[in-house]
Amino acid sequence: MSADAIDRLGELANADAWLVHRGRFLDVTFLLEVGSAPCLVHIHRGRIEAIDKGPHVMPRWTFALRAPREAWAAFWQPVPPPGFHDLIAMLKAGALRLDGDQHPFMANLRYFKDLLALPRSHAGGAA
Amino acid sequence: MSIAQFEPVVGRYLRLGVGGKPHRLYVEQAGDGIPLLCLHTAGADSRQYRALLNDAEILERFRVIAFDLPWHGKSSPPPGWQNSEYKLTARAYVETVMAVVDALGLDQPVAIGCSIGGRAVLHLALEHAQRFRALIGLESGAHADPYYDLDWLHRPDVHGGEMCGAMVSGLIAPTAPEADRWETIWHYMQGGPGVFKGDLHYYTSDGDVRARLAQIDTRLCPLFLLTGEYDYSCTPDDTRTLARHIESAQVTIMQGLGHFPVSEDPQRFLAYLRPVLASILERAESS
Repeated sequence: MSADAIDRLGELANADAWLVHRGRFLDVTFLLEVGSAPCLVHIHRGRIEAIDKGPHVMPRWTFALRAPREAWAAFWQPVPPPGFHDLIAMLKAGALRLDGDQHPFMANLRYFKDLLALPRSHAGGAA
Repeated sequence: MSIAQFEPVVGRYLRLGVGGKPHRLYVEQAGDGIPLLCLHTAGADSRQYRALLNDAEILERFRVIAFDLPWHGKSSPPPGWQNSEYKLTARAYVETVMAVVDALGLDQPVAIGCSIGGRAVLHLALEHAQRFRALIGLESGAHADPYYDLDWLHRPDVHGGEMCGAMVSGLIAPTAPEADRWETIWHYMQGGPGVFKGDLHYYTSDGDVRARLAQIDTRLCPLFLLTGEYDYSCTPDDTRTLARHIESAQVTIMQGLGHFPVSEDPQRFLAYLRPVLASILERAESS
């Protein structure tokens, strides 16, 4: 995912009223790592309030999703290849790592699957 | 506004005993000809087979029958269900299928099953091959290791329906039509508490047939295996590995399909199924 696409994630999410509605009970900060580039995504009541790009000093987060840049690039293709078409598929294949307290991620699994797939349908993030 | 019309599908409740307990199972049927008994996936129900039950070409030659396993869809759990954890076993699954075959008086049916149903056809091949004309395993593997903590599927602080739907959503190919994708997910969202997890006890533990594969004799009953390329629960490699241990099992890897071919993209799936059914008909006519 390009730096531009990370910047646009908040805009894309907050413009999706149904996504925000489904996340209305969600308050969490998670770490999203694209290769060696970390960012902290702050969510409040389903809206992305801020995305802080690293490097961070003493970052605090509830859970982390980490994958190599190439894995995210495959995931964000308009029609992703088998194994890279879903977060759980990438977890099973070892392409994605999930660390920390999984509860908010699992309890809001559709929200996070949809959130992180947003760049897929927008040309800017498809590279 | 379109004209309202009934589908050819007729649903009825069947009272029968399974494993010494009275059961009330929901059964749907359509068509005439060779019985084609359909087994749904874990945590879902017979609605997955709605396209087969409505396909005019198939209904001309086959009597398509789909039932909900106990605890699933419109079938009831057995009396006393509230007092113990539901866990599907190989024995219970096979007993249920054979009880339905006997209750409906099915003579040499074809059985088609997906996922846990795809595993069940392997058990049928091992234990009841001579009762069946052919067996079709979709997303069929000899064993599956869990790839996430199954406790997430059934705990009071996570909504079970939301969890099950979101968990299986990725098993559907990205090219699936939106309406069929979300119909498939809806079935998962409607499952009873702990039922999907209980089915996975069979899928990931009790239903392991790896040690028995060499005993499957496809001369007694032909075995067709079809797996979708996007399935990461039972991968194409899992099915190929299975087939290497069974002489003359026929494998097809289906492009653009995932773990729920019959339900997620029925028309794409039927293009793969029709040649299989044609070869079964050809064999029936020549014998």
